[in-house]
Amino acid sequence: MRILETKHTTMRFGGVTAVEDLNLYVDQGEIVAIIGPNGAGKTTTFNMMTGVYAPTEGQIMLAKKDGNLEDITGVRPDLIAKRGVARTFQNIRLFSELTALENVLTAQHLHVKSNFATAMLGLPQYKKEERAFRKRAMELLEIVGLADQADSMATSLPYGQQRRLEIARALATDPRLLLLDEPAAGMNPQETQELTTFVSQIHEQFGLTILMIEHHMQIVMDISHRIYVLDFGKTIAHGTPDEIKNNERVIDAYLGVAEDAEG
Amino acid sequence: MNVLIPSMEQFVQGIANALSLGSLYSLVAIGYTMVYGILRLINFAHGEVFMMAMYFVFYVTTLFQAPWYIAFIAGIVGIALLGIVIERAAYKPLRNAPRISVLISAIGVSYLLQNLAVVCFSGIPKQFPSVPLFQDVIIVGGVHIQRMVIIVPIITAILVAALLYLVNHTKMGIAMRAASRDFDTSRLMGINVNRVISITFCIGSLLAAVGAIMWGLKYPKIEPYVGVMPGLKCFIAAVLGGIGSIGGAVIGAFLLGFIEIMLVLFLPGLSGYKDAFAFVLLIIILLVKPTGLLGDKAGVDKA
Repeated sequence: MRILETKHTTMRFGGVTAVEDLNLYVDQGEIVAIIGPNGAGKTTTFNMMTGVYAPTEGQIMLAKKDGNLEDITGVRPDLIAKRGVARTFQNIRLFSELTALENVLTAQHLHVKSNFATAMLGLPQYKKEERAFRKRAMELLEIVGLADQADSMATSLPYGQQRRLEIARALATDPRLLLLDEPAAGMNPQETQELTTFVSQIHEQFGLTILMIEHHMQIVMDISHRIYVLDFGKTIAHGTPDEIKNNERVIDAYLGVAEDAEG
Repeated sequence: MNVLIPSMEQFVQGIANALSLGSLYSLVAIGYTMVYGILRLINFAHGEVFMMAMYFVFYVTTLFQAPWYIAFIAGIVGIALLGIVIERAAYKPLRNAPRISVLISAIGVSYLLQNLAVVCFSGIPKQFPSVPLFQDVIIVGGVHIQRMVIIVPIITAILVAALLYLVNHTKMGIAMRAASRDFDTSRLMGINVNRVISITFCIGSLLAAVGAIMWGLKYPKIEPYVGVMPGLKCFIAAVLGGIGSIGGAVIGAFLLGFIEIMLVLFLPGLSGYKDAFAFVLLIIILLVKPTGLLGDKAGVDKA
């Protein structure tokens, strides 16, 4: 079942075409990777999918709960989040001066049923909801192995833990589709290995569909079902990890360079 | 210039008055600091929101012969709505504009409301309704004070405690703090940032309305420019405490209240300069510690 599909999606910034005629789909339960050199338009793609940018041309379709695709082109980011799309960021964007637990709590905001008045009056319904949210947030922190850091300031955590906290925060929105923007960026081989295991684990545990941008070929080849390769905004290849490994254009544009860069 | 040594009674009275004035300042200063925290905007229309609250209560009382408590509640609700309307009309359309445009819009709203008040309510001062429950003079330990000198700090303490609870321990508060750090990420986490901003204006205006009512009971003269000086002083209080920080605004407000009252008490010769003194204080803070006492460093970086 299709969960996300872009149709001839193009994004231009002035004269620069960041993404051109992108036709990408993700099926329910898949792990799909987008790879490509810097400036290929990968993060722009994520920004269009999450409503940060409205594409210049084309459409973005997202499956509703009943499975029918719905046009979400240009829909507000908070409403797309509500429809079940969560993301992490290439450069970590945790809320500074909020604790790890509070960062996760922000993401549950869209599930709040109580209104402002019940909150101010501290009615039982509100308190009950509040407790349930905290419990859920703690569970998520436990899953990512940060339960003991719940009250630490998010930005004071070590880098690897901040990455995992971002994933916990994304999971707190209760997503069907999780977009990971370079989750392994800046990690050493050991941490990358752990992350690979971790992503597979949450994929199964939460029945998630995952679309990720990643430069580490090892993690991409290990866990993705399909791969899209972007170069200068154009899709130059699409296929299974094996197909991509042996694709001449991909090797030219990307894989050869990546080997050097990562040593 | 003579330094006057006040009697013990005068001193105690001074402390009580300073607490009461500091409380009034806090209620208004919080509005500045909350709006700055979330929009990085000095809401120059805040003093006019204060002024409108006094007129609102005045007209509800005189036109409808409403008892004071109805008028106060109507005033608080009406002004909370006015805060939301101002934000929707004058600031929301400029969400992606440079911050200076929003600032100019705020100054525009300020003048608009002042002149609207002159046109609609005339420049002739009105008398704020008197409420004996608040204004009767009582004697506590040989010191003569108005009852409200005690009531105002209590009301303020309750409201500030409720606000701090809201901001620090509820989802709405977390959403506010998240939005004040990063709009884009907040939206991606499903937070409706515009709603959070509306609520911020609603709370800020509501507190300003409570402050204005208390102010009116203490200084009952209402005229279209009545909000200017309290507005500016509370802005100074917010900067003094560290703009963006609620605790800072309260501390700044009490400091300013104490400094003003004590200046008059100890140096009566300089009492005519007490307003000027507040501005000297502002200049000193901006020169020495621009982030204020509990400076919001992240906010300044972002600004």
